[in-house]
Amino acid sequence: MANKNKEILGQPIWGNNPVVVQILGICSALAVTAQLKPAIVMGLSVTVIVALSNVVISLLRKTIPNRIRIIVQLVVVAALVTIVSEILKAFAYDVSVQLSVYIGLIITNCILMGRLEAFAMQNGPKESLLDGIGNGLGYAAILIAVAFVRELLGSGTLFGFQVIPQWCYDHGYMNNGMMLMSPMALILVGCIIWIHRAQFKDLQEK
Amino acid sequence: MEHFFSLFVRSIFVDNMIFAFFLGMCSYLAVSKNVKTALGLGVAVIFVQLITLPVNYLLQTKVLGPDCLVEGVDLSFLSFILFIAVIAGIVQLVEMIVEKVSPSLYATLGIFLPLIAVNCAIMGGSLFMQQRVGMDPASTQAIACFGDSVAFALGSGIGWLIAIVCLAAIREKLEYSDVPAPLKGVGITFITVGLMSMAFMCFSGLAL
Repeated sequence: MANKNKEILGQPIWGNNPVVVQILGICSALAVTAQLKPAIVMGLSVTVIVALSNVVISLLRKTIPNRIRIIVQLVVVAALVTIVSEILKAFAYDVSVQLSVYIGLIITNCILMGRLEAFAMQNGPKESLLDGIGNGLGYAAILIAVAFVRELLGSGTLFGFQVIPQWCYDHGYMNNGMMLMSPMALILVGCIIWIHRAQFKDLQEK
Repeated sequence: MEHFFSLFVRSIFVDNMIFAFFLGMCSYLAVSKNVKTALGLGVAVIFVQLITLPVNYLLQTKVLGPDCLVEGVDLSFLSFILFIAVIAGIVQLVEMIVEKVSPSLYATLGIFLPLIAVNCAIMGGSLFMQQRVGMDPASTQAIACFGDSVAFALGSGIGWLIAIVCLAAIREKLEYSDVPAPLKGVGITFITVGLMSMAFMCFSGLAL
């Protein structure tokens, strides 16, 4: 793989992460992270949808009239989301119930519109595919990191399996119920941004 | 009538779009640097929510629901495409009307209107409405008639406005405080929203 392609794929995963650098797609990133399983399903669904919609728009980019491009993009994305949502309902019904409206909200996930506008409208299908996968994985990485902390500290489990041994509870350890509440997701993302910007000093705001 | 008001108040405080569901977060964080623009965006959200949600309600109950159009056919899998098309179309229409009728309002709202088409709070409102249509009518969250959908639209819009204006006010003050350099800007905003959302959690026990 050429160096440029490697950069397109690798850059969004941490250095130019869509969630913590560009602050896109926060809505769903926060709401589905109380447990690891829905977070991973959500991350993968978004990766698939970003990659495919990037390819479709990139193939169509020369034929879309500029004035109605937003509506065209939304319709392409909405069609893909409908397919993913039906697939989830068929094969992973309990997760799709947990994710409830947030699957539908992938349509208005800013990462999608952001990538379509900024990348797929100017680049060929192959680069767009890599860019989509990279950004989707970057999004998934943040989701998984937040969900890991929340599930571990909030209920003492990972993927639903108990990982904190019983003797800890016998000696007075308690699950932090606050972690399961929505405010902690925001604070955790705030902390990830803090770590990220401590590493990439040029992103710090004056 | 009682249900109308309880739904209205609940959707402002208990089921607040920002603090309970994190919807519309992107523009919420991006446009909350000062109170004036925040107020403009908030009003625009109420406006668009108030139009799109009842329209989507009618679409859901008269066209998409089971047995509505054709006996034995449930079209609700088409709801994503139709809802987003309605939202994008109405936003475009509202933008053109506002530009024609009131150029001064357009100058303040204008830049935010296209943003609203992809605001999750609007789409989320419609999707929650779809979920709540099928609920037991006795439940406090149920949307059983056209009036209820208006109450829900107005309440969730106002809840969003309150949230963004509060955050903008806090961020204006925050300019003068001493925040660690990597946390400046977005980082501290996230933590602030987290604390605000904790404060709003006290409404969750509200019995209406």
